[in-house]
Amino acid sequence: MSEARPPSSNRALLWAGVAVLCAWTLLPIYLLALGALGGREIVSQWPKPFAPLGLSLQTLGTFLAIEGVWRATWVSVKAAALTMAMALALGVPAGYALARFRFRGAGAYRVLILMTRAFPVAILALPLTVSFIRLGVYDTPLGVALVHAVLATPFATLVCASLFMGIPKELEEAAWVFGCSRFTGFLRVVLPLALPGIAAASIFAFVLSWNEVFAASVLTVRQRTLTAYLLSVLSESPLHLQFAGGLVLIVPSVLFIFLVRRRLFAMWGIGNR
Amino acid sequence: MTKGPTTRLRHSAVLAALTFAWLATPAAAEVVFLSTQLRPIESAQKLRSEILKDFPGGAEFVTEQPPQLGVHIRAEQQAGKPVSSLIGALHGELQPLAAESLVPLDDVLETLKDRGLNPGMVEAGKLGTTKQMFIPWMQATYIMVANKQALPFLPAGADINALTYDQLAQWGANIQAKTGKRMIGFPAGPTGLMHRFFEGYLYPSYTGGVVTTFKSPDAVAMWTTFRDLWKTVNPNSTNYGFMQEPLLSGDVWIAFDHVARLIDALSRKPDDFVAFPAPSGPKGLGYMPVVAGLAIAKGAPQAEEAKQLIAYLTRPDMQVKTAKAVAFFPVVKVDLPGDIDPGLKLEIDAVQKMTSAKNALVSLLPVGLDQRGGEFDKVYLDTFQRIVLRGEDPKAALDRQGQALKRIIAETKARCWLPDKPSDGPCPVE
Amino acid sequence: MREPKALPYLLIAPSALFLTGLFLIPLAQTAVLAFQESGGAWGLGNLRRMTDELNFPDALANTFKVVLLAVPLQLVLALGMTMALRNIRRGRDLLVWVWSIPLGISDLAAGLVWLAILNDQGWLNSALFRLGLIAQPQAWLTYETPAALLAAIVIAEIWRATAIVFVILLAGVQLLPKEYEEAADVFGATPWQRFFRITVPLLKPSIQTALILRTVLAFEMFAMAMALGGRNFPVLVSEAFNAQYFSQDYGVAAAYAVLVMTISVAATVLYLVALRVPAEQR
Repeated sequence: MSEARPPSSNRALLWAGVAVLCAWTLLPIYLLALGALGGREIVSQWPKPFAPLGLSLQTLGTFLAIEGVWRATWVSVKAAALTMAMALALGVPAGYALARFRFRGAGAYRVLILMTRAFPVAILALPLTVSFIRLGVYDTPLGVALVHAVLATPFATLVCASLFMGIPKELEEAAWVFGCSRFTGFLRVVLPLALPGIAAASIFAFVLSWNEVFAASVLTVRQRTLTAYLLSVLSESPLHLQFAGGLVLIVPSVLFIFLVRRRLFAMWGIGNR
Repeated sequence: MTKGPTTRLRHSAVLAALTFAWLATPAAAEVVFLSTQLRPIESAQKLRSEILKDFPGGAEFVTEQPPQLGVHIRAEQQAGKPVSSLIGALHGELQPLAAESLVPLDDVLETLKDRGLNPGMVEAGKLGTTKQMFIPWMQATYIMVANKQALPFLPAGADINALTYDQLAQWGANIQAKTGKRMIGFPAGPTGLMHRFFEGYLYPSYTGGVVTTFKSPDAVAMWTTFRDLWKTVNPNSTNYGFMQEPLLSGDVWIAFDHVARLIDALSRKPDDFVAFPAPSGPKGLGYMPVVAGLAIAKGAPQAEEAKQLIAYLTRPDMQVKTAKAVAFFPVVKVDLPGDIDPGLKLEIDAVQKMTSAKNALVSLLPVGLDQRGGEFDKVYLDTFQRIVLRGEDPKAALDRQGQALKRIIAETKARCWLPDKPSDGPCPVE
Repeated sequence: MREPKALPYLLIAPSALFLTGLFLIPLAQTAVLAFQESGGAWGLGNLRRMTDELNFPDALANTFKVVLLAVPLQLVLALGMTMALRNIRRGRDLLVWVWSIPLGISDLAAGLVWLAILNDQGWLNSALFRLGLIAQPQAWLTYETPAALLAAIVIAEIWRATAIVFVILLAGVQLLPKEYEEAADVFGATPWQRFFRITVPLLKPSIQTALILRTVLAFEMFAMAMALGGRNFPVLVSEAFNAQYFSQDYGVAAAYAVLVMTISVAATVLYLVALRVPAEQR
């Protein structure tokens, strides 16, 4: 790295800032975990302890033993995976078109995409209920994923478009000179460079589906996704169970982001090439 | 070079098609029992693990928010292949479904003749038709609970079992004067049942009606008094959903709520709390009994099993088990055993005192509002928000909210229900 | 290379068809619902009933307050995080992970997290109590403390959703040509000058994307407002949800939906115009 290192007082300041930001992110989750693992009594305890003493898995156990939680988790995974697949299948080509071509209708298409993000989901799902029933996808993970893909595709398209814009056209043109077609050129040159970003877009899609509540509640009866299931039971449950539910919602996303952290890091890596 | 991706594409297309086919198949099912009651996670869990688990063939208990029940059932039926067989819901929630979505259960009732089902409730189960549309399942109501620490502050001469709203206000004021804290609590949060307090308790007690007297001078006086009472109410009340929690944590000493939403405090610390009837107003002690019924959906995939499940759930031993597990009371003639939970005992005694009070005034859940029950509740909650929380002039606020109430009644043509006097046409807002 | 004219259209066709079927058509149905009276005639009755609603002015004001307070703070915070990360070599991927965690947290879960901290007997009050600042639990989330409630919701919103801005900016930073900044160093620019004159302008496309996504999402936030504020903090989408779900007043719900969409589209257009990205930078 050719950059001169900043003076050491600045470094200390930098690290202090970094530490504060890490605490800011992690401390609330830690406290929720205390609430979820502190058993029933923690809710009425005053003042509350900050040290992880007397933890028990009892509340969490009660929570996970609730009928339907595991099935709902599985439905969530299926719906999220489908959403991710659909968002990528639709978003990558569209993002490429927006980034590389200037064509009549591009503006209108952009507006369509932005409108999608600008509309409250819950209400969109209602007119869809009837058509979904007719199509036989009501109360299936696929039905939920279809609506979630409406939300995730614009995400994927926008992120992909800005990724492809950032990859110099010259690289691709060089590939064509060496005999690649547009498609193979894309596969061999553009895609590898954009892959980390596309991975990020897939996380968006997955997490978006994982977290979305209302379309999922409206479009399912028994095949509830975990979030929809929790919404229906949590809002009317005692606080300690709510905390446990919150923790159960958070842990998978923490793990999921941990799994792709190298991808997130790789995005940074390219910048330093 | 070009072959590779194409083959791969074809493979993934086949794979995708297979995956879609697998994902689009709904799971195979037992009797699906859809209910607006016992939604709280612990209640639902107890019903599943203590009551439904012994039902031969098994049953799957699914909960739904009351306003969504109709939408849900109709959506299933439009699809041509309903999923839910048995429906458990309140009287007023089942009524809009009666005409199109439920099957008559006269044959089931016939087989349950020896159960000693409460005759009034069986009659209510006709839902205004000539046929039996639901079988009573369980009942509940709303009462008050107080922490024993609050008892020394009771106003002089007040009997906790025959309290008036004025005495309640004085009680709260006494506590506030001595401790500096506002210790009365109401479940006025988004998941709380505060609207039932207005519809079934405050309005009947002060005006003798709910709809007809909505903006009467009595109502104006009532809201003015209640606004004063609210000065001694814990401001967190607009966040509370279940009063058992703030009671247990000590945030609140005196609370009003549904029996099933108080039981946790009473059964975990029966020695710390007392349960007592709701207060009375100038027109009597308004209270709201709640009846939940069991109905079978038209085109139910497991209609026979659902009928067996009705018979199972109304068995005397199951009724006792239900009361013990979730604090909803039996609808059949049955003696509760002596070994019941002390918290439940406290509740039963309080309910007993309330229903047998000389000035008791029964108010029913709204009837005939079709899908507009939610809007009806909102009228009362909005009035509360305007007058009590925002300090608007009661008369003006009532006139304004009265318009909304009139519109709902006019559009649904709902007739008056108790405690309002029967009406020929739509219930008038006088 | 010769550009096949049809190619871009073929590329966008699947998603355009998909969005038409699952988005535009239901959208049109909703719009029809919003402007239709109960009898079936066209009119503004639903809009009028919406604006007459008790909570409408508050919901409108609250929505804007949250967006206007949270979004700029998130942008500043995310820029700071991105820049800090540029100066760090060791432990970078750990930091990226930690700072991206809230990305995966739904507004429902975030609401629960902050409820655990901010309720009367929560950890904030416990900390203040241990520090001797308060003698007994202090209420933060009631209708009597509107400023604290707004602050709580803004803080929770910042906690939850800064990560998305951060990740988009990070993805943008990776593509910045190092040469410009190095040139700025050579010409003796201070770090601040370099940041405001070179880095931020080059990041404009990413900033634009991030702001659009974030603002529109902030207009949609409501599970958190409900978890923390109960009935005390109505926002437009929560009113739409209540109208739809509890009152089953579909006309008013649709009217709210149309309003939220109009506001979001206006905000998007504003960003597109204000942060116009020159064609050569695309």
